[in-house]
Amino acid sequence: MAHARPCTNHSQPLAVLLATAAVGVVGLLIVVPLVSVFYEAFARGPGAWWEALAHDPDTRHAIWLSLTVAPVAVTINTVFGIAAAWLVARFRFPGRSLLISLFDVPFSVSPVVAGLALVLIFGRQGLLGPTLAWLDWKIIFAWPGLVLATTFVTLPLVVRELIPVMEAIGPEEEMAAVSLGASGWQVFWRVTLPNIRWALLHGIVLANARAMGEFGAVYVVSGHIAGATDTMPLRVEKLFQEYRQPASMAVASVLAGLALVTLVAKFVIERRLEAESRDLEANRSQTESLDHTKVEGAVA
Amino acid sequence: MSIHVREISKSFGSFKALDRVSLDVPEGTLLALLGPSGSGKTTLLRIIAGLEFPEEGVIEEDGEDITERHARQREVGFVFQHYALFRHMSVFENIAFGLRVRKVPQAEVTARVDELLKLVRLEGLGGRKPAQLSGGQRQRVALARALAIRPKILLLDEPFGALDAKVRVELRQWLRRLHDEIGMTSVFVTHDQEEAFELADTVVVMNHGKIEQQGTPDEVFDHPATPFVMDFLGNVNVYHGRVENGRAFWHGIPIDYPEYPHAQAREARVYLRPHELEISSPAAAANRLGTSLQASVLRVTRSGLITRVSCRPHGSDQELQVDIPTETARRLQVNLEPGAHVAITPRKARVFVPDPEYVI
Repeated sequence: MAHARPCTNHSQPLAVLLATAAVGVVGLLIVVPLVSVFYEAFARGPGAWWEALAHDPDTRHAIWLSLTVAPVAVTINTVFGIAAAWLVARFRFPGRSLLISLFDVPFSVSPVVAGLALVLIFGRQGLLGPTLAWLDWKIIFAWPGLVLATTFVTLPLVVRELIPVMEAIGPEEEMAAVSLGASGWQVFWRVTLPNIRWALLHGIVLANARAMGEFGAVYVVSGHIAGATDTMPLRVEKLFQEYRQPASMAVASVLAGLALVTLVAKFVIERRLEAESRDLEANRSQTESLDHTKVEGAVA
Repeated sequence: MSIHVREISKSFGSFKALDRVSLDVPEGTLLALLGPSGSGKTTLLRIIAGLEFPEEGVIEEDGEDITERHARQREVGFVFQHYALFRHMSVFENIAFGLRVRKVPQAEVTARVDELLKLVRLEGLGGRKPAQLSGGQRQRVALARALAIRPKILLLDEPFGALDAKVRVELRQWLRRLHDEIGMTSVFVTHDQEEAFELADTVVVMNHGKIEQQGTPDEVFDHPATPFVMDFLGNVNVYHGRVENGRAFWHGIPIDYPEYPHAQAREARVYLRPHELEISSPAAAANRLGTSLQASVLRVTRSGLITRVSCRPHGSDQELQVDIPTETARRLQVNLEPGAHVAITPRKARVFVPDPEYVI
C-alpha cells in the first residue's frame, strides 16, 4: 500500500512539494520578519538600542506600564481560571455548556470591539459613568481600563487549559483527601493544585504573552496618552508613526524577545504536560484492562 | 463502633438510588453490600462515609446522630474503587496525608507510616510514586492511607474490582485476616457474590435501592428470601409453573409450598440450583417414581472439579443444567453420552409466588 511507505521517502514529489511549501511559509511569515526586527533594532549597535529604550522617558514608562498591567491581568485570570475550571469540571448544572461557550467569547470577538464595549460601560458617557464620576474613579483612559481590557482578551487562556486536565483527573483524589480530614484549602493546595500545576503554568505563560502583546482592546481604552497610558505595543506603533523607526524597532525587539522566551517556556512545559498525560493514560489503560478481566471473571 | 442506618432515601434527579433503607452494622462486623450496578450499594456506602447526604433518614454511630456530619469529621476510612491515590505524592506521603492535615509531629508521622508500610507489606517502597506500583500494591497503599488516621469504621468501594483474579483472591484472604486482627467495623461494596460470601460475616443483598435480604453467608445462600436473590446468586434453573393446595409441581414432581394452602391455582416460579440436582440411570430411578424425571443428555462440559451436564427433560423444550462433582461423575454407573437417557432427582427446590397472601 502506498500510504504505508515511510514519510521520508524522497522519491515522492508531493511530499517534497508540501514540505518545501511549509518551510517556505514559516520562513517567509515567521523567521524572516522576526530576524529582521532584531536586525533593525541592533543595526546601530547595542548602545543605540539601549539608549532608545532607556533614555526616552515615554518608552521607559511604556515598558514599566506593560510590566505592571500584564501581571495583574494574568493574576486575575489565574484566580478566575482555577475557580471557573473547577466549577465546570466538578459540577453539572443547567447552562453549563453555555457557560463554557461564553468563556470563548474573547477569542471570537475582535479586540477593538471588546475595547469599545468597555468604553460603553465604564466611559464617562457610559452605563456606569455617573456612578464612577461620583466615586471619582477613573477607569477608561487609565490604568484600571488597561487591566480590564487585557484581562478580557486573555480570559479564555487559563480556564481553557485547566478544564480538560481537571476533567481527566476526576474528583476522586479530592474526595479521598476530604475523607482523610483535609479542609477545602488543604485539598486545593495539597491535591488539586499539584495535579494541575503544569497545565496552569502553560495557561499563565500563554496569557502573559498575549497580555504583553495586546494592542486592539488596549488601544481603544487607553486613549493613547504618551507617558501615561501607552503600553509597549502602543509605544511601538506611536514611534513608528512618528518616523522613529530605530526606536520603534528597539521596543519591538523587546516584545519579540519576550515571545522567544515564551516559546522556550511553552516547549519545556508542554513536555512535562505530555509526560503527565502519558502517566494518566497508562494508569487508566491498566485499570481498564483489569476491569475487562473482572467482567470475564464474573461471567466464568 | 456500630452503625445504624434508619429509613435512608436518596435520589439523583428522577433516579431513586436508595428507597427507605435501614441497616444495622454491629461493632466489629465485616459486612458486604452485594448487588448489581445501580442497586444503590455504593450510594449507601458514600452516605455512611459522609461523601453524600441522604434526603430522608438518620445515620447513627454508637447511637449518636451523625447524619449532618461532614466526611472530614466522621473518622471513617474510605478505600476508593480505583484507589484515588495522590499521584504526585510518594507512597509515604500518601499514607501520611491524613496525619499531615491533622498537624501530627514529624516523628510520629514517620513511626506510624513505617508501621503501616509493614502492615501492608510494602516496606522499602515508601519512596515510590503510585504510577510505579502494581494494582495490588496500589490497593494496599490505599488501605494503609485509610487506616493511618485510626478510623473507627473502614469502608471499601469494590476493593478488589480492578485487580486480576489471582491477586484478588490473595488480597481477599489477607483483608479478612487483617480485619480479624484489628477488629474494626468494616463495610465493603461488591458485585461479586463469591467475594461477599468468602469475606463477610454478614451479606446484604441490594436491588433497586432496597435491601432484598440480610444475613450470614450461609443463611443467604441456603435460604434466599426473594426471587431476585436467588437469581443474583446466579446459576440457577428457573421454571414457570403453578402452585395449589400447598404444593407446586415441576414435571410432575411435587414440591411442598405450605405458604400457599389455597385450592385456587396460582402462577409460581420453581428455582433449582444445578448442584442440588442428582443424576442417575433411568433404571435406578424407576422405583423412585414421582420424585425424579426422565431427560436426554445434550452435552457435558468439565471445568475442573465440577462436571456440568446439560439435558432436556422429556416433554419439555427448556434446558436443565445439572452440576455434579467430577469425582462422582466418574464413579456413577451412568451413560453421559449426548443423547443418552438419564433420570434427574431434585434434592432441593424453591418455590416463589408473587405475594402468596393474595388470593385470586
